[in-house]
Amino acid sequence: MKSIEVKNLTKKFGDFISVNDISFDVYKGEIFGFLGANGAGKSTTIKMLCGILEPTSGDALVSGFSIDKDPESVKKNIGYMSQKFSLYGDLTVNENLNFFGGIYGLEGSILEKRKDWALKISGLENKGNILTSTLSVGFKQRLALGAAVMHEPKIVFLDEPTGGVDPVSRRKFWDLIHEISDKGMTVFVTTHYLDEAEFCNRIILINAGKLIASGSPAELKEEFIESTVLEIVCDDTIAVTELLSDEDYSQNVSVFGNSIHLILKKKYSENSEELDVIKRSISEKTGRQDNVKINIILPSLEDVFLNLLEKRE
Amino acid sequence: MFTRIISISVKEFRQIFRDKRSLLIIFLLPVSLLALFGYAISIDVENIKLGVFDKDNSETSRKYLSSLDASSYFTITEHIRKDNDVNELLNNGKIYAAIVIPDNFEKEIQSDKNVKIQYIVDGVDASTAGIVQNYLLAATFQFNGKIVAEELSRKGLKSVSPLNAEMQFWYNKDLDSTLFFIPGLIAMILIIITVILTSISLVREKEFSTIEQIRISPVTSLQLILGKITPYLILSLIIAASILLMGGILFGVEVKGSYMDLFIGTVCYLLATLSMGVFISTIAESQQVAFQISQLISQLPTIILSGFIFPIESMPYFIQLLSNITPSKYFIIILRNILIKGTDLAVFIDQIYFLLIFAAIFIFISAIRIKREQMT
Repeated sequence: MKSIEVKNLTKKFGDFISVNDISFDVYKGEIFGFLGANGAGKSTTIKMLCGILEPTSGDALVSGFSIDKDPESVKKNIGYMSQKFSLYGDLTVNENLNFFGGIYGLEGSILEKRKDWALKISGLENKGNILTSTLSVGFKQRLALGAAVMHEPKIVFLDEPTGGVDPVSRRKFWDLIHEISDKGMTVFVTTHYLDEAEFCNRIILINAGKLIASGSPAELKEEFIESTVLEIVCDDTIAVTELLSDEDYSQNVSVFGNSIHLILKKKYSENSEELDVIKRSISEKTGRQDNVKINIILPSLEDVFLNLLEKRE
Repeated sequence: MFTRIISISVKEFRQIFRDKRSLLIIFLLPVSLLALFGYAISIDVENIKLGVFDKDNSETSRKYLSSLDASSYFTITEHIRKDNDVNELLNNGKIYAAIVIPDNFEKEIQSDKNVKIQYIVDGVDASTAGIVQNYLLAATFQFNGKIVAEELSRKGLKSVSPLNAEMQFWYNKDLDSTLFFIPGLIAMILIIITVILTSISLVREKEFSTIEQIRISPVTSLQLILGKITPYLILSLIIAASILLMGGILFGVEVKGSYMDLFIGTVCYLLATLSMGVFISTIAESQQVAFQISQLISQLPTIILSGFIFPIESMPYFIQLLSNITPSKYFIIILRNILIKGTDLAVFIDQIYFLLIFAAIFIFISAIRIKREQMT
């Protein structure tokens, strides 16, 4: 069942086309990753899908309601949380939950039940009377998510929810996202972190307002990287990268910490002679550096996206 | 629908009461402003310091001077001996006016000649000088009458004064100017406090981007405005009551009309000022800017255009038209009617309507502006 149906959605600000004719579907209960660089049109798209920004043309059905014709019904069926964790620092945890429950029309025993649930998932049981400003960023983030889904929306939009959070908290937060998605909620999440994108059921990538790829992480890897990827561990990664990028066999070279990911132009079987030739060529480039290792690896999403984006440029 | 408005109001109340220090300021500031302005603003003229240069020093001249000294308006503080001293005393501000009585004062009066008494008045403050002028003229006129009467009776004639003006002052019997200023003061304090508080509280939500979360929720812009206004309406009604109480204790202000009328009038005024605050929040992007615009828009027109100090009737026609932009003008009329005259609602019903229209217009524009902000 489709939870969100985007059809030829376009938004222009004057001459600037922020979102350019994008179409995609999100299915019920999915964790849907929405990826793109800063200024690629992610926030504009989210604002349109939340019913607070009118599209220039095209439309989207969010939980069955048109964002163009019936944005008020859209608002009732969604939850939203951004990296700013819009909680009131001068109110306690309970008071914040009362407020966010209240503006979605929750009251009485239902409100109490949902509040207990929100406290539980954010790990703040028995801490309802703490001032929100004194919480750590990780707790604030989970509380903000709890507040955003208290009214049990069908879809929750998370706009770069893990910005500025340490890796442990990020991991806990993603556990929470999975928990919510298991309850049947559709999760629509934007992120910068490509390792997080691996947790999504499906992802789309937009660049300069245009959709350039979509599919599950595995599909994307298969579809866009048909050739072999080599990981080269060496000391002077920058110099070697420069040398390799001019070679006939290399399609894309990028640095990942102390290793280089080299995408070749073809797929080679592991022990083929051609691959050995290439490996020898690489060894020549790295010269007398110590600890050089060359391995075939499975491509990561980062490889996919860097490859895709560089092809466009 | 009401759950949403109440949630916003409750949240706002909690935030107001959480910050105890600001709360103290919210309550203490109005009361201390009232005391400060109440004592400072007064155009009653009393104990004007006079210097006298009595060149004649006769029985008649002394009688004339003591008649001035006896009134509460004047006190003779200096007796001048030299012409130069007049200059010096006025320059130093030791006296406000000097009276010079010529040397053959008594003789000339007795020989039925016209005598000139010279008054030199410090004219820097035109309005006080004008009042002093009137008092002195009246005192001289009275003394004239006495001399004429004596003169006539000496000649065996009876003096007649066919016209006699008998003055009664209604509403403000003692012509106490403080009582006249109190309504304007209440209006000014309330407008400043309410406009600043509402505009800042809404702009703060913008600054902390908590407004984003409200925009994405099903709360409409009208619900947001009503939810925001309600706590400040209640708070400022309490402030209004405390100002009135303080006015009663310090300046003897009493409510001559009905308390119900007073309540209705105050609520209508507060709705108008609060909606002004909401409107300002839709144009300001930071708390600082909101604060400055609020001060400018609330304070200045109230002092200059509302009839608080300067009577609107004596303004040029164009300025009279301009005076309609401030709700204070209407509230001052309402308050003067209730507090000083004790008239009932029917007399100032037009003012009530105006305040309500004012509030409705500002709420309407703000609601549209908030909605439009969502769209960009």
